[in-house]
Amino acid sequence: MSTSQHPELTPAAALFGSDLSVVNVGLAMFDADLRAQDAKVSTLDWTPPGGGNPEAARALDVLDAPGLAETIEAANAEAVERIMAARPMLIGFGRALDVVPGMTPTTILHSGPPITWDRMNGPMKGAVTGALVFEGLAQDLDEAAEVAASGRISFKPCHEADSVGSMAGVTSASMYVHIVMNETHGNIAYTNLSEQMAKILRMGANDQSVVDRLIWMRDVFGPMLKEAVELTGPVDLRLLLSQAIHMGDECHNRNGAGTLLLFQALAPGLLQSSFTTEQKKEVFDFVASSDYFSGPTWMAVAKAALDAANGVPNSTIVTTMARNGVEFGIRVAGLPGQWFTGPAQQVVGPMFAGYKPEDSGLDIGDSAITETYGFGGFAMSAAPAIVALVGGTVAEAMGYTRDMGEITTAQNPNVTIPALDFQGLPTGIDVRKVIDTGILPVINTAIAHKEAGIGMIGAGITHPPVEAFTQAATALADTFGGSSS
Amino acid sequence: MSTTTAVVRKNTYYDSVSLMSVSTKANALDGVDQAFTAMGTEMNKGVLDNLGLLTDELKAAESGDLMIVLVAEDGADTQALLAGIEDLLTRKAPASAGGGEVTYRTITSAAEGIDGANLAVIAVNGAYAAREARKALDSGLHVMMFSDNVAVEDEIALKQLAHDKGLFMMGPDCGTAIINNVALCFGNKVRPGNVGIVAASGTGSQEVSVRVHALGGGISQLIGTGGRDLSEQVGGIMMVDGIRALAADPATDVIVLVSKPPAPSVEKKVLAEVAAAGKPVVVWFIDGSEEAVTAAGGHFAAGSLQAARTAVELAGVEQGPAGTFDAEAAAQAVVASLAEGQKYVRGLFCGGTLCDETMYAVRDAGLDVWSNIQKNADFRLPAGSASRGHTFLDFGDDDFTNGRPHPMIDPALRIERIVEEAKDPEVAALVMDFVLGFGSHEDPVGTTLPAIQEAQRIAAEAGRHLEVVAYVLGTDLDSPSVAAQSDALRAAGVTVTLSSTETGQFAREIAKKAQA
Repeated sequence: MSTSQHPELTPAAALFGSDLSVVNVGLAMFDADLRAQDAKVSTLDWTPPGGGNPEAARALDVLDAPGLAETIEAANAEAVERIMAARPMLIGFGRALDVVPGMTPTTILHSGPPITWDRMNGPMKGAVTGALVFEGLAQDLDEAAEVAASGRISFKPCHEADSVGSMAGVTSASMYVHIVMNETHGNIAYTNLSEQMAKILRMGANDQSVVDRLIWMRDVFGPMLKEAVELTGPVDLRLLLSQAIHMGDECHNRNGAGTLLLFQALAPGLLQSSFTTEQKKEVFDFVASSDYFSGPTWMAVAKAALDAANGVPNSTIVTTMARNGVEFGIRVAGLPGQWFTGPAQQVVGPMFAGYKPEDSGLDIGDSAITETYGFGGFAMSAAPAIVALVGGTVAEAMGYTRDMGEITTAQNPNVTIPALDFQGLPTGIDVRKVIDTGILPVINTAIAHKEAGIGMIGAGITHPPVEAFTQAATALADTFGGSSS
Repeated sequence: MSTTTAVVRKNTYYDSVSLMSVSTKANALDGVDQAFTAMGTEMNKGVLDNLGLLTDELKAAESGDLMIVLVAEDGADTQALLAGIEDLLTRKAPASAGGGEVTYRTITSAAEGIDGANLAVIAVNGAYAAREARKALDSGLHVMMFSDNVAVEDEIALKQLAHDKGLFMMGPDCGTAIINNVALCFGNKVRPGNVGIVAASGTGSQEVSVRVHALGGGISQLIGTGGRDLSEQVGGIMMVDGIRALAADPATDVIVLVSKPPAPSVEKKVLAEVAAAGKPVVVWFIDGSEEAVTAAGGHFAAGSLQAARTAVELAGVEQGPAGTFDAEAAAQAVVASLAEGQKYVRGLFCGGTLCDETMYAVRDAGLDVWSNIQKNADFRLPAGSASRGHTFLDFGDDDFTNGRPHPMIDPALRIERIVEEAKDPEVAALVMDFVLGFGSHEDPVGTTLPAIQEAQRIAAEAGRHLEVVAYVLGTDLDSPSVAAQSDALRAAGVTVTLSSTETGQFAREIAKKAQA
């Protein structure tokens, strides 16, 4: 800025002595007037705070009060430091019943904030009934629906069991999960295995082929992965994530490089495992059948890092964004255990042939944990190849990452983006900044059919509902601002 | 039967001026009976409610949501029309020299990202303006706040912050400044020069800058302090800082202060700065007194023209011979053509200070004047009431603008009033201003002339001569130029005055003689 170029001048004298360069906010017509006078002008793409919600603006004023603002800044610096310092290591695979805290034979974990069976959408109901058949808790899907409604099943968000789950997120006792330990802080995150693509349980499909695949994953795929890691030792996942992003993945919707890297790390262990060559070939073919193999792995990385920030007092950093197909929920570091929700949104993007936007189920899954950490939609600039998927240009991809810089707190030096001069991932979504700027996080995600039993029908981008952030800001203001209103 | 379609686009923001322009274009689409694009503010929803168009969906819209309402003609393709409106709404990339220009979302990132950024122009809804201004100041930017309806507490806090940082916090509620020869918001194209202006009055400072230009002088800087700066509460923070900055500015030789009379404690503070400036300071405090100014070593000006003349003289600029306007003789000729019962002058103004200067000229002749901006509450006329006696209305005052663009941008309300006043057989003359320059309507005379002609026709049919007097505030460099706009008025039989001061003199003489 001119003021720093002329340290000896007063700011007024510096202004009079330099060319006028205007930041124009609010009225586009002044842009033209200033250009007509040969002045430099940049007109903001401006949005009112909290989307124009007065409650949000009031909450922001409370959080901006002198004293409290500094306390929050310090807390957020700590929260973000914890997220960035976390070193998630793949330490093994295991059956959910054996490793996930609180898991019982009749527990079903699901994605997003808490939800009861009767309120679940089509894909989630499809996944739940498929899982009940897989677990032998029901003979068929009809009986499974009765069992689900009977009250004998404990439904619980993955997030409340140190876990994350892609799409419907349905995780039952016998399913194998990743075990990812944050070596820095000691906490562990879990997530189930990729069923690879299209007609799969997590997208709401549940016919016999889906259940048969789950059985094979339980009996062959999971146990072989478990043995592999036992043989190779822990795998540094943050390092692989960083490499994958350098290779053009954003590690949410595009996982080609990440899957090769993860497979490269596991291959020696898989080969040395006690399974037959035939079974090993099945596993290799299965991994090769979809780039998504490593997708859940990166979710667990993000979960393990973000959980380390949970409970930092006075922090306004978002540690969870998750959707159950009906509601979008967020959680904030300084208010551990609380969900702030709004309606799940439509996902906009290209559909598989034969499907139309009205076939889409609403936004679903815990995979937005990747954006919460700073990759996925936030790292779109690292993955120009995915821009076509979301119908944009490469310049827009750069813009997505830049915009996310507006609502985050730091740049993660451990995971960088080459095209942006190795700028770190935009890290630490700050509820205050989301409300203040009116910029909502951008999420890359898949689209499941709204009916149970069909599966994935497209992919695209979406945003959280502003209501979730308004609720969080209000709760933060009420809690940190001393007296509630 | 026409069909009505309403669409709410959540969290989609456009400024009101752009939306107005889109609405206008949308209404011109073939097959559109009525189209309306607006943010979901209470006011806009009220408008829709009145039109009977407020659906439940629209009712739920918030002020950050865009509402699109389409009433299509019978048989029209609604979807195609909606697509047409969407197309009008599509942001066109701003014309840029280099291409690949980055569009920023926040002031903070723009200030960081743009090398040399030094000033923010803030024209968002008043409820959000203070927050944006604070960000700008915290980023080291000077601020020109065009927004109105900003809480005075916020104004004080912002100005104190700016003062502590040595930055300008111009505005709110006075959308005029010229910095480094670039007009911000409302401003005229004037010659660069050595006269600096610090002003709490928007059109008052425009008038002084334009007169200085017309007299051959030029402007170094014009710092608009905001209309409330010299109130007891704000305490003249910005005017004091403005005077000091111009006193220290080697390019400024003469300083002109323009304001309504300050609160007494603030006047003392400001006059102390006048005494300490080390440069000649001309003081035009509208309707103010001479004594204190002279005592402080300032040059008192009783009106805008005198302020400009004194400044140009002190600046050492060669002036042409002072024009002599014989207001009395001109008024005599007008009054001779009036019918029985035509007694009153009605002033319809866009510029608040222009309204003040003419109103006070009439009042100083000992006549009663009614106005929506009268200081004397006994003679205050709320917006919406009919005129009485000599009435002077400032259409730029909050009563009239509430939720509408300033009349310098959108003169629709005044246009209606011109026709209304012509029907009153007691009206002898209509006096009005046209303000040219950046920020203003692109052809204020052209858009008002049909109403003037209608007014003249109404009077003529009733056997009366209606004198129409107009002052065009602008320069030969403005677009359109003052000459072109004045010629168009003269061709329609309008008497064109040549300064705000002269307009007041002429109005006063007509009022005196007509009422006598």
